[in-house]
Amino acid sequence: MRTREQWFHETYQRSTQRPARFSTVSDMELEPVYGPQDVTSDFDRDIGYPGEYPYTRGVYGSMYRGRLWTMRQFAGFGLAEDTNARFHFLLSQGQDGLSTAFDMPTLMGYDADHQRARGEVGREGVSVTSIHDMARLFDRIPVDKVTTSMTVNCSASILLAMYLVNAEREGVPWERVGGTIQNDMLKEFIAQKEWICPPRPAVRIVTDMIEFCTRKVPRWHPVSISGYHIREAGSTAVQELAFTLADGICYVEEALKRGLDIDDFAPRLSFFFNLHNDFLEEVAKLRAARRIWARLMKERFHAQSDKSMLLRTHAQTAGASLTAQQPINNVVRVAIQALAGVMGGVQSLHTNSMDETLALPTEGAVMVALRTQQIIAEESGVANTIDPLGGSYAVEALTDRMEREALDYIRKIDEMGGMIRAIDAGYPQREIADAAFHYQRQLEDRIKTVVGVNKYTVPEEMPIPTLKIDPALEEKQVQRVRKMKQQRNAARLRESLRRVAEACRSGENLMEPICEAVRCEATVGEISDVFRAEFGVYKDPGWL
Amino acid sequence: MADKRLRIVVAKPGLDGHDRGAKIIARALRDGGFEVIYTGLHQTPEMIVEAVLQEDADAVGLSVLSGAHMTLFPEIMRLLKEKGADDVAVFGGGIIPEDDAAKLKAMGVKEIFTPGASTEDIVKWVRENIHPRQ
Repeated sequence: MRTREQWFHETYQRSTQRPARFSTVSDMELEPVYGPQDVTSDFDRDIGYPGEYPYTRGVYGSMYRGRLWTMRQFAGFGLAEDTNARFHFLLSQGQDGLSTAFDMPTLMGYDADHQRARGEVGREGVSVTSIHDMARLFDRIPVDKVTTSMTVNCSASILLAMYLVNAEREGVPWERVGGTIQNDMLKEFIAQKEWICPPRPAVRIVTDMIEFCTRKVPRWHPVSISGYHIREAGSTAVQELAFTLADGICYVEEALKRGLDIDDFAPRLSFFFNLHNDFLEEVAKLRAARRIWARLMKERFHAQSDKSMLLRTHAQTAGASLTAQQPINNVVRVAIQALAGVMGGVQSLHTNSMDETLALPTEGAVMVALRTQQIIAEESGVANTIDPLGGSYAVEALTDRMEREALDYIRKIDEMGGMIRAIDAGYPQREIADAAFHYQRQLEDRIKTVVGVNKYTVPEEMPIPTLKIDPALEEKQVQRVRKMKQQRNAARLRESLRRVAEACRSGENLMEPICEAVRCEATVGEISDVFRAEFGVYKDPGWL
Repeated sequence: MADKRLRIVVAKPGLDGHDRGAKIIARALRDGGFEVIYTGLHQTPEMIVEAVLQEDADAVGLSVLSGAHMTLFPEIMRLLKEKGADDVAVFGGGIIPEDDAAKLKAMGVKEIFTPGASTEDIVKWVRENIHPRQ
């Protein structure tokens, strides 16, 4: 048999090569061509067929022939009624599920009328301070039919309670409410940096929610284990993969310590990955993720049910890959990234809008982003064949390599005593900052190209329209919140908050007391203040 | 005092956690030979001005990606003035639309860097435009 080495010396090296570094966007160096000897995996053991262990080729037997992925555009801005209108628009355009973006005060556990919320109300997402805002947000939306994703973490317990209390007021029992809440605090400390209290109590609240949903809200996904933000913070694809799965391991271990059965909660764990520009690297990452998770669940945690072994994932195209320069080019980037997600077998997808590096998206830009998914689904033909890149020497070799390198990281984190300890030591944070800096250097040294930024630039940019948030909205929301606060039954409210504090101390599951506080019109900020008082406040160690 | 190393506070005001840019800039300025103090995330204007005074900084670089730049920059400038430190150069970057950047510069912000700016350009700008406080 002729080896690749022979070919390399006799044919490749005698051919012309551009003076470029042939590596992925994560700077993983690539061979010029791949062959059977580069694939270390065995077909039956490691690749197999869709819907069968180890699920490398997809979590479902018929994948997109059974059901297309869920097209779920993330939306939120201004007041609850503004976002409600966007939700109705998206549903009318053929979107299947809702995904809510909250503003920074809501995400960080502050009310709209707090000093620290000034200038931020309704800017990066929708402002939700109390149950009344939640009711406005989901006005005329059937919460027993439409599934909702809520991107919120350190205040997730409060927002989930508001969603559930709103559902019960609409006459929908909790058992029929379906959706996902991001609620992945570990990646907050690693990458996204939204927090209230330190890692241990933060993970305790997450675990309370896993336990509560397993028992009371069986159609809800209580945590969406997220690599997205890790990648946005500048990690490599392997780091994204490894740290996300290591976070998943931590949540599983904590839930098991509560006495939950692995097969009772694992099927409700879901994931959220990033889709960057490097097409094959992204497809390989998603395939490797499914294989590693299935094996972890079966071999390390002894899951019996197949459903516990499935890594079901949402994905979003990479915000950090978009450019402010020549922004219409972003449509093309998003299409390539979304195609990688579909060919990588994701269950749900958000495509970014071309203008998101400038501001929150306009309705027109969101439409193009949604249509991009619809064109992939209905016109490109890639959804007809399951795992169409499976068996490609390059993709299988990359899948194997990402699996190996991710497992090395996971082993290292295990040796450090698990993810919480690794975070306390600043390990994943530093690895990501180093990778981000390395990439920036490669851009500035022109080793990596970003079209329109460090190559093919134009002197005069053609501006595109962007969404402007009316600054008067903030004042309106602040006044509304102040008025609501004056009209409440203060005694009932105080008692309900006292119960939350008591549960913080006793270790009782926090969710029922938080739901009760929400019914008494307690706000995001007031319940977060209980966490601050009981658990302390985490401060950014500011590692460079 | 030509050999005095410039002291620069790199600060991240606001509630968002987008610190990738701030950290890269902080590292690049440090590698460029400046003394860099990075505040970490979630700083209020008061905390930032406090850090500038305590560190006896010559300049402060603000990274804002939350859309709150028109609130945060003016507040920090106001507080610096109140503390008699309005000779501290204020510059910044983030997701800041062009018309807002122009307004901020009219208020006395020395420079606004937007997405795609290279660390090389920023280091060069600091070297040429920031001078030690008297």
